[in-house]
Amino acid sequence: MITFEAFYAAPPALTAHAPALLVVGPLIGACVAALSPNSRWAWMISVGSTIFAVWMALCLAGEVARQGVVNYYMGGFAPPLGIAFRIDALGVMMALLVSSVSAAAALYSGHALDAEVRSSKHTLFQAGFLLCVAGLLGLVSTGDAFNAFVFLEVSSIGTYALIAAGERRDRRALPAAFNYLIMGTIGATFYVIGVGFLYAATGTLNMADIAARVVTLGDSRMVQAGFAFIVVGLGLKAAMFPLHGWLPGAYAHAPSLMNIFLSATATKAALYLMVRFLFGVFEPGSDFAYHFMAWVLGPLAGAAAVICSIQAAFEKEFRRVLAFSSVAQVGYILLGLSIGTTAAASAGFLHLLAHALMKATLFMAVGGVALHFRGRTLDDFAGAGRDAPWTMAAFATGAASLIGIPLTAGFLSKWRLIEASLAAGQIWMVVVIAISSLLALAYAGRMLEAIFFRTAAPGAERAKEAPLGVLVPLWILAGFCVWFGIDASLPESIAIAGAQALMGGRP
Amino acid sequence: MTGYIPGFDANLALDAILLVMLVVIVAAIAATHRMLSAVILMGLYSLVSAVWLVVMDAADVAFTEAVVGAGVSTIVLLGAILLTRGAAAKVSGRRRFLPAVLALGVGAILIYATLDLPDFGDPASPANAYVGRAYLEATGNDMGIPNVVTAVLSSYRGFDTLGETVVIFAAAIGVAIMLGFGERAMADRTIEPLAGGPADHHVVLRVAAKLLIPIIALYAFYVQFHGDLGPGGGFQAGVILAVAVILHALVFGLKDTMAAVKPKFARGVAALGVLLYAGIGVTCIVNGGGFLDYDHLFPRHIEAQIPDWILGPADPAHPHHWGQHFGIMAIELGVLFTVAATMVTIFYGFAGRSMEAPQPGAPRSGAA
Repeated sequence: MITFEAFYAAPPALTAHAPALLVVGPLIGACVAALSPNSRWAWMISVGSTIFAVWMALCLAGEVARQGVVNYYMGGFAPPLGIAFRIDALGVMMALLVSSVSAAAALYSGHALDAEVRSSKHTLFQAGFLLCVAGLLGLVSTGDAFNAFVFLEVSSIGTYALIAAGERRDRRALPAAFNYLIMGTIGATFYVIGVGFLYAATGTLNMADIAARVVTLGDSRMVQAGFAFIVVGLGLKAAMFPLHGWLPGAYAHAPSLMNIFLSATATKAALYLMVRFLFGVFEPGSDFAYHFMAWVLGPLAGAAAVICSIQAAFEKEFRRVLAFSSVAQVGYILLGLSIGTTAAASAGFLHLLAHALMKATLFMAVGGVALHFRGRTLDDFAGAGRDAPWTMAAFATGAASLIGIPLTAGFLSKWRLIEASLAAGQIWMVVVIAISSLLALAYAGRMLEAIFFRTAAPGAERAKEAPLGVLVPLWILAGFCVWFGIDASLPESIAIAGAQALMGGRP
Repeated sequence: MTGYIPGFDANLALDAILLVMLVVIVAAIAATHRMLSAVILMGLYSLVSAVWLVVMDAADVAFTEAVVGAGVSTIVLLGAILLTRGAAAKVSGRRRFLPAVLALGVGAILIYATLDLPDFGDPASPANAYVGRAYLEATGNDMGIPNVVTAVLSSYRGFDTLGETVVIFAAAIGVAIMLGFGERAMADRTIEPLAGGPADHHVVLRVAAKLLIPIIALYAFYVQFHGDLGPGGGFQAGVILAVAVILHALVFGLKDTMAAVKPKFARGVAALGVLLYAGIGVTCIVNGGGFLDYDHLFPRHIEAQIPDWILGPADPAHPHHWGQHFGIMAIELGVLFTVAATMVTIFYGFAGRSMEAPQPGAPRSGAA
């Protein structure tokens, strides 16, 4: 918790309402962006509101360090009558992650939108982007099961349209967005059916209240069905293997701004909500929750880490390689969580942070080069290292972290995962992580080989260095990848605090 | 509730009839390959569910289902059909197998869990005995309005409703990003208004529409401002208001309507609605409460000045909750703005594109 102390000195009037303002800031920003006269204004509003969200998240971090848990009652009504935001160390971790990645993405969007989206749509695009940000921030802050559904929808509806907006560069964005729309809607519907069952069984929508009442119900069929629907629904949203079919297309063909933002935050937020239910609402001691984690979640996560890495190794398109790798990395995170100990969960969360950081770096580097360059496949990127050394060096940093090379953020998080699985006696998990890391070496190696060791075919379109407005946020992200590889005390203390808040003192 | 014939439960019979109708309609939707029939049947499905919701005493939900499900979404889907092929592609038997198994599995889980559900209307069920009951008991004291549904929707869980309004706003943005606002239709000089010429066969339609549109709009405002007392509120009123605009467009032509209600205006109003809602919430913060805490909508010294006659003399034991009354009214207005403007924006998006769609039967070029 030591690291949060730096933020004690926030203005008290703002700090008291930080939970609401965290969400309402980007929300109001979205409305103003939709009303703004031109692209430049919308961009400034977008950057301003995301930075405001970062500030509010930092205020909250200070509050959480002081109080442990921040409760905020919307409309002044205490639960179960009203909706409460409940933010603990884990929620703060997610809020910091979402807001800071969104700020980096917003900075980056100034250049990217000009190249990728029709200029008449820039204001709407920024408005939609801010709605996604507000939705995800609400999702990670709320303590109310139905309110979480509302925010899931807010973020999703914006996301579908923004992915489709990639059609100017790549027509395949349209079917990909439609695919995601259908799968995402099924996921959200399943989630709300599950919440409905829980409401029928307990009569309340507040998560803590549901948890307190579920314990007394014993083996209720409604609770079991609610559990199943919620896990499958959120699994779809989180691209949990084998429900990840929508993800590669949606990531690969979206505008690069959405690539960066989605890969770092969207699946993670759904994962966060699932974890909240697994550990916070359904008691992990209960039979079906335990069996689910040991026999379903763990093996599926392992399968994801291996199978999707193989798929990534055989993909030809740059962004699709990265997208499949994302599903595999979600597998790592779930592996850690499925063990069910505090140490393993904190390793999982550390990997969540590290992965968000490196995927944002990788997608931003690819997007930065692709601003003036229509290349998609590995062959198109041949020789890019010579044409755009700064951008591609950042890409290499991210790729090194993805493989897990020492002195990068990805190394430490994998190391902690291996430690935790050894401590829990799960040797097969160590084997899975080792195999998957070798595969990561293969697919990341193919990309790096194309970029740095091959020369462009004569007459082929050449990559160009990304503009300064892209290089600055890109190198900030890449710098974090290295910094957290050398000194991981900040992310690790956040992840440990998050895991402890989630587990509530269990081993 | 037993009817006049001994042993015959009229409510149960009605439930059974409506449910069988729903099942038949769904089966028909699944069976048909013609999009037009599917859309009409979906409208019918919404209408029957609305009736069923009335039977279950959920008047507010029934109202929404009728105006949104049976009304506006049918129009939007018809617009979408104009832009696409009229029939679904045939799917081979093998590709149907897995979805069928999945659907049956999900159905089995639903039935499995339903067996444990409390009886419908059981006063001792958790939903009725716990929070539901608390709402019924607290609403009078907390806000002094008779419609508990409105109290829950706009005050107790007003934050959810803000979220739902934002979802609708997001839908407007999404459709506008993908389809535009129908500006092309506005710029298109070839579309002639129907009225006037000798080939005008729509006289009856136009006269009827002219009579109906003001009444529809008036009814929207009745539903809006009556929401505190009976079924209704911003969502339903917004859709009804949008229907008045859409009817105008259908009868008098998109171009005339767009001259009256400009696409840019509609988009702005959609954003303003959310701004109004969120702004009320922030005002409550500024005046010393939490977000959306309407009790702090007005600073104390202003609240004391509000004359009693606005709502009639107050019962000394229950003073007027001015903040709650005005807060709910204001946010419902925000909902009205966003919903009405979004529906119009979505309609413009589809209808504006329909103008470019190939005529039925004409060869399509470059179909994907």
